[in-house]
Amino acid sequence: MADVAVRLTQLTKRFGDPAGRRSATADGSPTAEGVTAVDHIDLEVEDGEFFSLLGPSGCGKTTTLRMIGGFEQPTFGRIELQGEDVTWLPPYRRNVNTVFQNYALFPHLSVFENVAFGLRRRKVPIAEVKRRVSEMLELVELPGFERRKPSQISGGQAQRVALARALVNKPAVLLLDEPLGALDLKLRRQMQVELKRIQEEVGITFIYVTHDQEEAMTMSDRIAVMNRGRYEQLGDPEVLYERPRTRFVAGFLGVSNLLPATMDGQADGYAAFRLGDGTTVRVPTTVLEDQSGSVAVGVRPEKIRMHETDQASPPGFNSLGGTIVDASYIGVSTQYIVRMADGRRVTVYEQNVERATKSELWKTGEQVVLAWSPDHCFVVEEGGGAAPESDEELNAVA
Amino acid sequence: MAAAPFLLLAPGTLWLLIFFVWPTLQMLLMSVSTGSLDDGYQVTGSLDAYGTAISRFPKQFGNSLLYGGAATVLDFLIGFPVAYTVAFRGGRYKNLLLFLVIAPFFTSFLIRTISWKTLLGDEGPLLGFLKHSLGVLPAEFTVTGTSFAVVAGITYNFLPFMILPLYVALEKIDPALIEAANDLYASRWQAFRRVTFPLALPGVFAGSILTFIPALGDYVNATLLGNPQTQMIGNVILSRYLTLNDYPLAAALSFILMAGIIVAVTIYARFLGTEQLTG
Repeated sequence: MADVAVRLTQLTKRFGDPAGRRSATADGSPTAEGVTAVDHIDLEVEDGEFFSLLGPSGCGKTTTLRMIGGFEQPTFGRIELQGEDVTWLPPYRRNVNTVFQNYALFPHLSVFENVAFGLRRRKVPIAEVKRRVSEMLELVELPGFERRKPSQISGGQAQRVALARALVNKPAVLLLDEPLGALDLKLRRQMQVELKRIQEEVGITFIYVTHDQEEAMTMSDRIAVMNRGRYEQLGDPEVLYERPRTRFVAGFLGVSNLLPATMDGQADGYAAFRLGDGTTVRVPTTVLEDQSGSVAVGVRPEKIRMHETDQASPPGFNSLGGTIVDASYIGVSTQYIVRMADGRRVTVYEQNVERATKSELWKTGEQVVLAWSPDHCFVVEEGGGAAPESDEELNAVA
Repeated sequence: MAAAPFLLLAPGTLWLLIFFVWPTLQMLLMSVSTGSLDDGYQVTGSLDAYGTAISRFPKQFGNSLLYGGAATVLDFLIGFPVAYTVAFRGGRYKNLLLFLVIAPFFTSFLIRTISWKTLLGDEGPLLGFLKHSLGVLPAEFTVTGTSFAVVAGITYNFLPFMILPLYVALEKIDPALIEAANDLYASRWQAFRRVTFPLALPGVFAGSILTFIPALGDYVNATLLGNPQTQMIGNVILSRYLTLNDYPLAAALSFILMAGIIVAVTIYARFLGTEQLTG
């Protein structure tokens, strides 16, 4: 088992009020006067792992990263770096380096001096500084740029210099704060592949902060999906996508259809759930955790197949009747909105294969049956979990 | 349409021609003239005035350089911490603090310097208190009429010209750069020395030029706070021009001062590096 690179214990950060002072609102519920940006997080990041903190702006991911880097002091809790307590150490005493959101390259220094900055502060011999800087510029594919100033290179190149400047110090952990945020889409994609390659090559633990779910999924070994100062689910990208446990995670990573349901008994390894329109769907009991109260059964749009009402669904599949209310041709697939009997809308993606070549795409108004395998279902708790778009009040601390 | 840029430049150009180029030329011609106010001045190409200026007033030129230089250094030492504090710790009080820096300058330069004379007077509120109430200073101790008072006056009067450019340069520095330096193992002091200060250099340059040049030509502080031994070159130009009506000598003195400033600033710019000034 890999060693733990970073361990956070009950890490908490509150902004804007004397810690712990609370006042009661009209309905009696307590509200902090300040904002709790990070709320009692426990987290272990393993050595050599590409770990992402994913969440909307204001979810506390950047604050968490800044506390690990030493730029922000926690209100409460503990940060360990390779077993050593670094909670109160200043940034320059921590064996971590950061790639900043807007690169923060020193404008008065050349690319070479930018990359050499950390080594020089550590009094590394000149010959070794030269060797390590040119090795690092090689790694980020910028040899020959030594004498340029940051104002003379492009955004993508600045990004690579920022990466080289941090990595050249061989930190125990590299922190990356939305490093690709300022690049255009094509360059972003390219840099995602590049970052992953570099991470595998140097074998350093990366902690990567992003609000872009695709970016997190492409590169990460594990992702913590954060919301309102805590992480809602932690796991590898596949588990997070296939088995989201909360409404928030289901909505933040990709598109989900969430159908409110009540449990109606279990048999043969499947649980039966009754939906709002009276239909029963089956879900493997393996995906059930101790969800309590009202729940919703979820299924991803691309897992659903559609067929005519006079055809039978494949045996054992969950099926639902509905009417197509919208069809948009996207190219690789067609996106349909299907209205069920109780008025709920379900999104379905259909690959443009047979039906497209035969010009038989479904049309608005057609009656269809939606069918999907129970194995593609997941169950989330209803109610409590906030939807991704409802936390604007926290944006200020992003 | 192609003429538009030139038309826009015209008012400024005209202004400079009438109020700068023309008088400067007049002064240049005057400095190589001979004659008197009563008989009129003729341009004779004589360099006598320059000879006199250099041979008779080295002490006053020296005083100007010394006092102006000392005041510039003092302004930097006082102004940098102030500008730094306002830029990085000012928070929402930034504008108020900047206003306080400029506030004394809503009163006239003369009034302020005369107030200094009163404040620093032998029996004034400060020295009187120290001499008689506390008894820590001997009764004959004096500040006014010394070179110290002249330098203090110049330092005080030109302080905002140092603080404001420094503030502008410091305020532009992205705090993330200082975090980046800390992240790369630079302590607070090293981050200041390697990042903050180099990035503030354009402000240091602008501030010291804006302080040093007018300080060199100043005569008010030397007149009000100094003694005959602390005369600066500005005092000489003033008396030659207005009292003795020796226009050629006054013009020659002015030109020597101007030439000296141009040479000094050029060397200074080389020393600080032009790249820092443009970048």
